[in-house]
Amino acid sequence: MAELKLLTKDIDKKDLHKLSVYETTGGYGSLKKLFEKKPEEVVEMVKASGLRGRGGAGFPAGLKWSFLAKDVFPRYLCCNADESEPGTCKDRLLLEKTPHLLIEGMIICAYACLIETGYIYFRGEFQHASDLMDEALEEARAKNYLGKNIMGSGFDFDIHTHLGAGAYICGEESALLNSLEGRRGEPRLKPPFPAVEGLYSKPTVINNVETLCAVPYIINEGPEKYASFGTEKSKGSKLVSVSGHVKKPGNYEIEMGTTVRELIYDLAGGIRDDNKLKAYIPGGSSTPMLPADLVDTPFDYESLAAAGSMLGSGALIVIDDQVNIVESTLRLASFYKHESCGKCTPCREGTRWMWQLLDGIHQGEGTDQQVDKLVDICDNISFKSFCPLGDAAVGPVASSIKHFREDYEALLKKNAEGAA
Amino acid sequence: MFEFSSANQKRIPEILAKYPNTQSALLPLLTLAQRQEGYVAPQAMVEIGRILKLSPGYVQSVASFYTMYHMHPTGKYIILFCINISCQLNGADELLEHTAKKLNIKVGETTEDKKFTLHREECLAACSNAPMMRINDTYHEDLTKEKIDKILDSLD
Ligand SMILES: Cc1cc2nc3c(=O)[nH]c(=O)nc-3n(C[C@H](O)[C@H](O)[C@H](O)COP(=O)(O)O)c2cc1C
Ligand code: SF4
Ligand code: FES
Repeated sequence: MAELKLLTKDIDKKDLHKLSVYETTGGYGSLKKLFEKKPEEVVEMVKASGLRGRGGAGFPAGLKWSFLAKDVFPRYLCCNADESEPGTCKDRLLLEKTPHLLIEGMIICAYACLIETGYIYFRGEFQHASDLMDEALEEARAKNYLGKNIMGSGFDFDIHTHLGAGAYICGEESALLNSLEGRRGEPRLKPPFPAVEGLYSKPTVINNVETLCAVPYIINEGPEKYASFGTEKSKGSKLVSVSGHVKKPGNYEIEMGTTVRELIYDLAGGIRDDNKLKAYIPGGSSTPMLPADLVDTPFDYESLAAAGSMLGSGALIVIDDQVNIVESTLRLASFYKHESCGKCTPCREGTRWMWQLLDGIHQGEGTDQQVDKLVDICDNISFKSFCPLGDAAVGPVASSIKHFREDYEALLKKNAEGAA
Repeated sequence: MFEFSSANQKRIPEILAKYPNTQSALLPLLTLAQRQEGYVAPQAMVEIGRILKLSPGYVQSVASFYTMYHMHPTGKYIILFCINISCQLNGADELLEHTAKKLNIKVGETTEDKKFTLHREECLAACSNAPMMRINDTYHEDLTKEKIDKILDSLD
């Protein structure tokens, strides 16, 4: 079982982050083809490729590009490089190792969508990646891949870097826009969607790093080639950050539809100390965890949804049988309590309450009723919160009770025995 | 009184030129002030407000939203120790305890010589190289007790 390296083919090449090296791998080769096409043809190509957003929601990229409000200018492109979903570290790899691939992808998107200005929103901790990107942007400007009249095409486009300052919620696209405008990073009411009223109230495309990095391949090789990989509705390749209890954690680029078993046992070397698999979280901390008997689930949007979880950002967190699930769940509940922006009540109060109950149970002070109470709180946050963070906070808690109630009971029992 | 250094003064127009409106420069200027002083002092927020034509109260309300701005002086090295799930699964709690013991402080505190401040941190996108910590701008990954000792001893 091998990887399918469409984006990361040359990622281990020394100094790939430099333009001269990137060009030796065929880098920026797509631009010549690009400028021979009409912008709307490029949108059609990306639609035909089946490429879906890699930031979490899996929305078709070409379709998103086609939704921009007609005849309203200027328009903006924002690349989401906030990468803050626990378990996820694949965008950082792309940003640090192959910044020019992202620039190339952004040029294609901007050309297709008639955009002249792009921003890359880095999470505040990505200072190093942002510095590397600034150097890469300078190199690209010097070669006229960016700037005025790019390669004589008549098309103008430039990109700027912008660093956040810590706050998970800024990865949510409308919060990201507020943050980029110099405001508190709280989500906005939708609609209007960013395609209509985004950055500075102008039509805006927001895409994840990996989504944009997949675009040059589609222009170079054609959408049919890209769509020949993967499953019926999940096309192409996906970078998966594998972490937790595996022997060889790392970022693996797989063909969509590869099974979780192949990811864990073939690519990541199996479970540490040859322990047994207990659970896995397929798409980052906010996607529901699944038990070991679902290890043959194909890693694609539809199969993971059918199994009761989500592909999310593509971060496979592997947990072995030495762990009581309540411990991991408590850690995630603490994260969501910390990261709730406080704007709406179900999420602000619900995340705090869930954490309190879990903490009590973990410390051996829980009762059966409190586990039921947790389920009840989950139901009261789901679909009642202002933005998807509320639902995200429910994911780990609800799924841990659904699949591992015995772990809760083990702690409750200990409590009962201790009290006797 | 707070003033941007002359090198930083020169950077301000470059930062402003990135955006069609001045308010977008708010986070970058707060970051610039913090890099200069080690924290964001109330006077710095007044000065940034003056430059961007925003009230000091507004600057404060934005700055307080973001966890990376320190409102008080910190140690020379800020250690952010990730305790989120992938790091937890790989023993981060024990290593954090080890680090605190070695520095002889509690989590959240600064050493007496003002050299180290130690904080718990959420996921920093290095999960495949867990456990990890970030010291100022540098990521330290695949940590062990020995590795931590070596890193801390090497800093002056
Ligand atoms: C709480 C929350 C956090 C998010 N964090 C990120 C993130 O760190 N990176 C990212 O690309 N998308 C993140 N998203 C998804 C974005 O809102 C948005 O859907 C995405 O950037 C769109 O790009 P894509 O279509 O290319 O995936 C987050 C969403 C939510 C609700
Ligand atoms: S759901 Fe949570 S993060 Fe989202 S707006 Fe409400 S309080 Fe803020
Ligand atoms: S969980 Fe520690 S870096 Fe992601």
